[in-house]
Amino acid sequence: MDSLSLARAVRAHVLRMTSTGRSSHVGSALSCADLLAVLYAAVLRVDPEHPEWPDRDRVIMSKGHAGAALYAVLAECGFFDAAVLHRHYQNGSFLSGHVSHVGIPGVEFSTGSLGHGLPVGAGLAWRARQTDREWRTYVLLGDGECDEGSVWEAAMFAGHHELATLVAIVDYNRMQSLGTTEETLRLEPFADKWRSFGWDVVEADGHHHAELLPALRVPRTTERARPRCVLAHTVKGKGVSFMENQVLWHYRPPSAEELERALAEVGAG
Amino acid sequence: MRNRFFSGLLTAALVDPDLVLITADLGFGAVDEFAAARPGQFVNAGVAEQNMAGLAAGIALAGGRVFTYSIANFPTLRCLEQIRNDICYHHADVTVVAVGGGLAYGALGMSHHATEDLAIMRALPGMAVAAPGDPAEVDAVLSDLLTGGGPAYLRLGKTGERTLHPGGVSAPRGTSIPVALFDQEGSDQKGEVLLCSTGAILDATCDAAQLLRARGIRADVRSFPWLDPFDAATIRQAAGEYEALVTVEEHSIVGGLGSAAAEVLAESAGGTPLIRIALPPTSSSVVGDQQYLRAAFELDAESISRRVRNHLEANRGLASQIR
Repeated sequence: MDSLSLARAVRAHVLRMTSTGRSSHVGSALSCADLLAVLYAAVLRVDPEHPEWPDRDRVIMSKGHAGAALYAVLAECGFFDAAVLHRHYQNGSFLSGHVSHVGIPGVEFSTGSLGHGLPVGAGLAWRARQTDREWRTYVLLGDGECDEGSVWEAAMFAGHHELATLVAIVDYNRMQSLGTTEETLRLEPFADKWRSFGWDVVEADGHHHAELLPALRVPRTTERARPRCVLAHTVKGKGVSFMENQVLWHYRPPSAEELERALAEVGAG
Repeated sequence: MRNRFFSGLLTAALVDPDLVLITADLGFGAVDEFAAARPGQFVNAGVAEQNMAGLAAGIALAGGRVFTYSIANFPTLRCLEQIRNDICYHHADVTVVAVGGGLAYGALGMSHHATEDLAIMRALPGMAVAAPGDPAEVDAVLSDLLTGGGPAYLRLGKTGERTLHPGGVSAPRGTSIPVALFDQEGSDQKGEVLLCSTGAILDATCDAAQLLRARGIRADVRSFPWLDPFDAATIRQAAGEYEALVTVEEHSIVGGLGSAAAEVLAESAGGTPLIRIALPPTSSSVVGDQQYLRAAFELDAESISRRVRNHLEANRGLASQIR
């Protein structure tokens, strides 16, 4: 499936999952749908038939609250049956609101508490180099998540050790839990922060697939070089006009009527 | 204990390229040999414990067998959630090692008193918890950790602990070990009280047993290098054989060995008294070396012996009144 079709399918799943499950974070999931779609359709070396393949590229969804988007993209790619997605957030389901790996093929790592993914990703990238393997490690971070000190501990480590196959993708929609990132805890000059920690920073439109593709493709190497930070400029709630750029949709699940309107807007009505 | 641990770890690392040691910038003079001998298996993560724990999980999930190392509460409490979510939930083969368990760094102040670590690590799902009592137990526990892997927590004392098992010892996960007291040879008489000890306070526990014996109270000693899995069967059995059980630990009275034993006894038949000797659940603003603080908190051999005697007398007095 091409990345645009995949992104469309992910958005439709995410809307249905959050509406049926009455779960939060639909805006966060829509924000990173294109990032995940480009990764899984055109960048990653993974095999849905062999999710534990030792040389697979690793993806850590550090912004675990957007778990619905990860589950949706994995199902669409064939890691498991998309029919189970409607169980998201339901009693007795393994498809928790925040990412959990147990019983779900393709989920590399469980998250949900912010600031955990980048240290683990650094460990995976370090290990690849030490053992002369060529997998790449992608960590998808929220922008609000970058308030966490542990993100910067790992950023410093990866910069110092020149973990060239580590890619931090920041879903930079400029909104966090209670307001904008700038009013909450200023991230800017954000790109300079990453650069000063020893990273190669590429800024891209996080919904423009052709722009994302070269940003996300880093060479497979065991050489040392700056790790890559992709600052992906995104829109929270992207694709659904009444959800875009609104903190409300960090929490609110779409009603049945809103779901119909939203599905029509993302081309799945 | 620290030196014994590092020499054992290095020996293992020389034949196992997957074994990785990460320190959070501590271990001056202790990690040097490992770092020099196996630079590709050694990481100084800097003063960044959360990152150390996350790194360890990542390395372990890609086939590494990782030991993280720091002192006192830094490798545990500072990055507790990383241990819970990243290491335990993923069953990552990581052993968290803390040197300076209890009051070993007593003079450094409250920040360096590792006095709730066992309780907190015990509460984590899937975490093995070990607190060896002497250098021989360090060898035994490390051998198990190298075979069985993590997630695990290893609480060490520091250096210079007395060897209490001169012939060496074996301590598979979940077992406890009888300690032979030096005047015990040839005596097959069962004791009246069993002193159960965890961690480096085993030396004071053994001395307390000698003091009790000198006062005519037959005290046996058993070391519990594993708090999780816990040797509940031995506690249950001992409850039927001894007049009283005593737990001794250089740890808060909340959640450590005394609690583990109490949990077992509370769910067992019989009413064998349990005497819990531990630190009060407070922070100490008073500093001093380990011996000083043990005495101040009545955890030195003399105090342990006295507290056991007082409890026994009270229990016996009560029993005679009931009769």
